[in-house]
Amino acid sequence: MTVTTLDSPVTRARWALADGWTVARRDLIHWANQPMTVVFGVVFPVVITLAFGYLFGGAVKVPDGADYFAFLMPGMYGMTMLFGLSSTMIAVATDASKGVTDRFRSMPMAPSAVLIGRAIADLLHSVVVLAGLLACGLAVGWRPATLSGTLGAVGLLLLLRFALLWAGMYLGLLTRDPGAVVAVQTLEFPIGFLSNAFVAPGTMPGWLGAVAEWNPLSSTVAAARELFGNPGWGGDSWVARHALPMAVVWPALITVVFFVLSVRRYQRLDR
Amino acid sequence: MSAVLAQGLRKSYGEKAALDGIDLDVRRGTVRGLLGPNGAGKSTAVRILTTLLRPSGGRAEVAGFDVTTQPRQVRRNIGLVGQHAAVDELLTGRQNLELFGRLCHLSAVQSRSRAAELLERFGLEHPGPAKEYSGGMRRRLDLAAGMILAPPVLFLDEPTTGLDPRSRAEVWRSVRELVSDGTTVLLTTQYLEEADQLADRVSVIDAGRVVAEGTPDELKSRIGGDQLDVVVRDPEHLERAAEIIGGVASGPVELDRDTRHVRGPVNERVRSLTEVLTALAAAGIEAEDVAVRRPTLDEVFLNLTEAGGVRP
Repeated sequence: MTVTTLDSPVTRARWALADGWTVARRDLIHWANQPMTVVFGVVFPVVITLAFGYLFGGAVKVPDGADYFAFLMPGMYGMTMLFGLSSTMIAVATDASKGVTDRFRSMPMAPSAVLIGRAIADLLHSVVVLAGLLACGLAVGWRPATLSGTLGAVGLLLLLRFALLWAGMYLGLLTRDPGAVVAVQTLEFPIGFLSNAFVAPGTMPGWLGAVAEWNPLSSTVAAARELFGNPGWGGDSWVARHALPMAVVWPALITVVFFVLSVRRYQRLDR
Repeated sequence: MSAVLAQGLRKSYGEKAALDGIDLDVRRGTVRGLLGPNGAGKSTAVRILTTLLRPSGGRAEVAGFDVTTQPRQVRRNIGLVGQHAAVDELLTGRQNLELFGRLCHLSAVQSRSRAAELLERFGLEHPGPAKEYSGGMRRRLDLAAGMILAPPVLFLDEPTTGLDPRSRAEVWRSVRELVSDGTTVLLTTQYLEEADQLADRVSVIDAGRVVAEGTPDELKSRIGGDQLDVVVRDPEHLERAAEIIGGVASGPVELDRDTRHVRGPVNERVRSLTEVLTALAAAGIEAEDVAVRRPTLDEVFLNLTEAGGVRP
């Protein structure tokens, strides 16, 4: 039906975005067809938040004696971004194992649209989940100080999610097996615990606390606390004092590494 | 003019050769069957021809475009229906086809009308998501998705694997319709009946090489003529019946004690049948069933891939 012409780079870039949006729209139709999966995506972090806040919160000593929810909420926001790693991986691995990726690759669409579409859809999903969790935070008494700080914090959280997108894509393309996701899901909680999301690293054994301080999640969460105007975790190491720049450096580093790896992996599906 | 042309196509993974120099020449508007056991290299060949895999050697053209240097042009001219029904199970049939239409760069209006057309043609007007479809419907949806652009060349990689006989017949009917519209089809299958039913010519593939090629009838005649098959009532009579059939057969006679079958190849079906029946009656051997039949493609296939004579 269509005649082939050699497209200019501009036309190709335009198609890459247009096709990427079409691929992303597929996820939006999933949400419309099965709204419960989106609802559950919001409910899960809310339940964990309530469990930590009300069940364990009383036993946790927050620096400066602040309310635990004020300390916990930015941690949970960061945790939710971390959970995105496995959801991206599941989506990519499922498409690869069921032949959907091959169908896309055999079609006259922009090849990069497969990855672009995944990135758009997963970021949109994270925005929805984060919005739900912010509402939950407000309901349990968490309060941000300023609007500009709030926007900055949300931006940094989504930046971490953006970085983890590429890690998820790489792992999904590497394994091409939705079953392998369990391994990553199992690791998400320990990685989250080994940070400042739930407790101050100062309360951990020395070397473990140091690892927790250098966890990229800790930088994002610490920067978010600072921008939200919430109580911090009271660390005074170099990485703790430079939370804001590190909340940009870590995601940038992860993005560069895994963007290159996943694009290469995708291109090498034809090997 | 060739719709698919492959010359010395090779694909190796380290030391292991998945394809070891395959030649194919599929004329426009015909159906070519690639027949072979699991791991013979059929899917590898299809994956190379549909630009999903890079060949390690040789060259291939599809619809006149080189698969390695002009992959985008190739993709505009092919449809691929893979081993899995590669449709989005959470989307309805209509949503799937509209999505694929958009990705083939049809406008929203074109995608909608093309989707409606294909849904009707393949009998897929079911309102729910594709995961509610039967196996046969899902494959037909997959087939419809491969037909969005009405491509001149369609690749079907084991299109009916895992389907029940009724669903298989449905898929076959759809494929025949496409062929009558002039689409060139390259089909891989492990089912010999499928190749027999659909293909104009068959390439038998084993261990990454084409071991035989021809029409289904030509291939069948390669292992000799008709088979005379007698079932005797009394197992005691098996040896004697085998001797009688051996007297008229043009090749070695097979004997199956469990099913009481005696088989042998014969050249002249009617004369051989009469002679054998007369001789059996004279010897007082009662036959439960007597038949003369063409060899099945199964027998051809086993003969070609296991006889040893064809492999280097």
